[in-house]
Amino acid sequence: MAKVFIPFQLRKFTNGVPEVDVPAATLRELVDELENLYPGIKDRLVKDDKLRPGLSAVVGYVATRQGLRQKLDPDVEVHFVPAVSGG
Amino acid sequence: MVQVFENKTSYNVVGTRPIRHDGIDKVTGRAIYGADVKVPGLIWGEVLRSTEVHARIKSIDTSAAKKMPGVFAVMVHQDLADPGTETTRNGLQDVDREFFNIMAKDKVLYKGHVIAAVAAIDRNTAQEATRLIKVEYERLEPVRNVDEATSPNAPILIEDLIGDHLGENVANTNIATHFRHEFGDVEGGFKLADLIVDREVSLEMVHQGYIEPHNATVIWHEDDKLTVWSSTQGSFGVRDQTAKFVGVSPSQIRVNYSEIGGGFGGKTKVYLSPIAAILSKKSGGKPVKIVMDRPSVFQATGPAPGGKVKVKMGVTNNGKITAAEATIRYEAGAYPGSAVNAGAICIFGCYNIPASRIDGFDIVVNKPKSAAYRAPGSPQAAFAIETVVDEICENKGWDKIQFRLDNAAKKGTRRGDGVLLEKVGFEESLDATRNSSHWNSPLGKPDNGKLRGRGLACGYWMNGGGPSTCDLMLSDDGTVMMNEGSADIGGTRASIAMQAAEVLGLAAEDIKPSIPDTDSIGFTGTTGGSRTTFATGYAAYLAAQSMVKELKTRASILWEIDETDIEFSNGVFRSTKESELKLSIKELAEKLGVTGAPVSTTSSVNMAAGGNGYAVHICDLEIDPETGKTDVVRYTAIQDVGTAIHPSYAEGQIQGGVVQGIGWALNEEYFINDDGSMANYSFLDYRMPTSLDLPMIETIMVEVPNPNHPYGVRGVGEVPLCPPIAAVGNAINDAIGKRIYEQPIKPGRILDAISKD
Repeated sequence: MAKVFIPFQLRKFTNGVPEVDVPAATLRELVDELENLYPGIKDRLVKDDKLRPGLSAVVGYVATRQGLRQKLDPDVEVHFVPAVSGG
Repeated sequence: MVQVFENKTSYNVVGTRPIRHDGIDKVTGRAIYGADVKVPGLIWGEVLRSTEVHARIKSIDTSAAKKMPGVFAVMVHQDLADPGTETTRNGLQDVDREFFNIMAKDKVLYKGHVIAAVAAIDRNTAQEATRLIKVEYERLEPVRNVDEATSPNAPILIEDLIGDHLGENVANTNIATHFRHEFGDVEGGFKLADLIVDREVSLEMVHQGYIEPHNATVIWHEDDKLTVWSSTQGSFGVRDQTAKFVGVSPSQIRVNYSEIGGGFGGKTKVYLSPIAAILSKKSGGKPVKIVMDRPSVFQATGPAPGGKVKVKMGVTNNGKITAAEATIRYEAGAYPGSAVNAGAICIFGCYNIPASRIDGFDIVVNKPKSAAYRAPGSPQAAFAIETVVDEICENKGWDKIQFRLDNAAKKGTRRGDGVLLEKVGFEESLDATRNSSHWNSPLGKPDNGKLRGRGLACGYWMNGGGPSTCDLMLSDDGTVMMNEGSADIGGTRASIAMQAAEVLGLAAEDIKPSIPDTDSIGFTGTTGGSRTTFATGYAAYLAAQSMVKELKTRASILWEIDETDIEFSNGVFRSTKESELKLSIKELAEKLGVTGAPVSTTSSVNMAAGGNGYAVHICDLEIDPETGKTDVVRYTAIQDVGTAIHPSYAEGQIQGGVVQGIGWALNEEYFINDDGSMANYSFLDYRMPTSLDLPMIETIMVEVPNPNHPYGVRGVGEVPLCPPIAAVGNAINDAIGKRIYEQPIKPGRILDAISKD
């Protein structure tokens, strides 16, 4: 089960729940499962089968470069955070 | 998942200090910078900039300029190609606001905002022609800072902006984004605290201060292909951004690499190349060159955001942090997109805090659109958190290093945005600080009537990854030509070449690095975020590994033995069965002709993370109580660099960051007039420190290898800018016994603080 941390802005979909355990082998499956649990949340995470612009998914310790195709280890943490760039 | 490496501790090339490959070109003046570019038939472009801070454009009359002899073309915003809309984070369709920053359409949002441009036979004619353009304004009230922008009835800068306020779409606002990170029981954590310190710091915008102004030379060829030269941290970024605003495919644009005279994040955006491109097109394909002057650089390009940062922290009597809260309000400048997201990630990055809440606000104001500046958003945040931590230690009488060690971020610590940290070197950096000669030297008392103080502060930056490409080509003489796609802004040709050399068992000098144009190398992300030695270096490592593999095959052909019977180490191929069969890479290179085609390899990577960076700084300074002038007399920067590929260049990055940070702390600011315009738009009035102002910056490099890189590289160029504002501020407090929460901590503020006794 991946442990998903729900961004504060999206907790209105989860009735304020900040963390959810979701069975998923890929990030795509995880987002679909979140949508099953909390209808409407997928649209805030994904657009045209990609993570929304400006959004980054951290899987484990690092932001994935594989988008929704990212495979998930059991019990991994997943965070959706704003994408940032450096100087 | 991300690959994890067992890092070695000793190397042949990594960790040595060869002379940089581009050194002779740089010191002899042979290196070509953007403004040096000369092509046959060159004409000059010049832009007309707004004299107003906030105004509606009622009309633009370019007729007189068009008629002026020597003028080839005049352009306004409508000559740019409409890039269309794209999906924003809050799910709306919106245009990339850079479209209006490059050239204003119907409103100007800061003094210096480009309104129109001219191409003419020479620069003087172009400048004269811009003066013939008549602009009629309807002046509007300026919005000069985050407080004015968020006050009731504040003038709205961008009428069609829909703000994202905690996930809700809000119209009629200057707050482009309000987001929150929250985990743990924050209120419960504060209830457990025996001491709570709650402080707000304020900061002014500052400029990156690169010496080389922005420039662009563009030819729009008759077949609708474009050739571009520009001073940039990322040729591919220039290609893609220019394509977007002139209406061609990126593949129609070839951007040539030119050397860069400083960038520090400020050259990650385009300002001039779309304008030069349109002017070239309208001039019938003549090459158009535009070079900014210094006032334009200050008034219209890339400052780091000013704003306000509030931090509240609770601690128990036994020295443990129980909870923390932050409110970060950054000036985005004229259009959304300040570094507040990064500031929010970094603000609690040094500490293991069980519960935290961070509110970030991206706020538009009538100032130039902010841009990245080394560790964007983190230095301002560090000023707040490190001031509060210092005040807590002072209040409780705690050792400032021990308190930080007791609460230090380590593997498994959750950052303020909730993300877990991999292996990091903050504790090791604090240990090195405690053992340093600086920390163990008495501060002493000056006998000249000055007040002396010592400050300590820490900083965090997460470091970047991203896409990079490196090609290697073996020459007959055994040297290796290397093409890589990263702009070299800090000695990265050397640090990338050294990683290839380490794999190949060659000397760094045997690798010959080049940075080709965008048609001649695979996509490579912009040099920024301290990603280049890490990501492009990894591409070089993999390309070199491929070369070793191919050369093993060639040796097996040459020796007519099985490839599996060949081993490679320290640059020599050996048969594991026949000891007389051995060849160095150089010897093998001479014989390759009989084994097949020339040997070249390539590697492209897309790296996930750059390895978190930590810094601890110690600052000793003296203050003249008569004038308020501050002199930094000793400064030591301790930093976890992962593995220093080229220690001199890693040290140089650290020293440069410290110097910029000291300037930020003491002198630098966008001094804003009542009308909202910048008063100090020259290097005379915008006072950056010089070598005459500062002591030698001492460095202590701590090496805790990054497990996600074969040589343990962590980015080094960002985090040295994070601690200085707070380190200087804490030292000033130590010297005068008063805290100053406003940056810059300039003489007037110090005198005010002293006089409040």
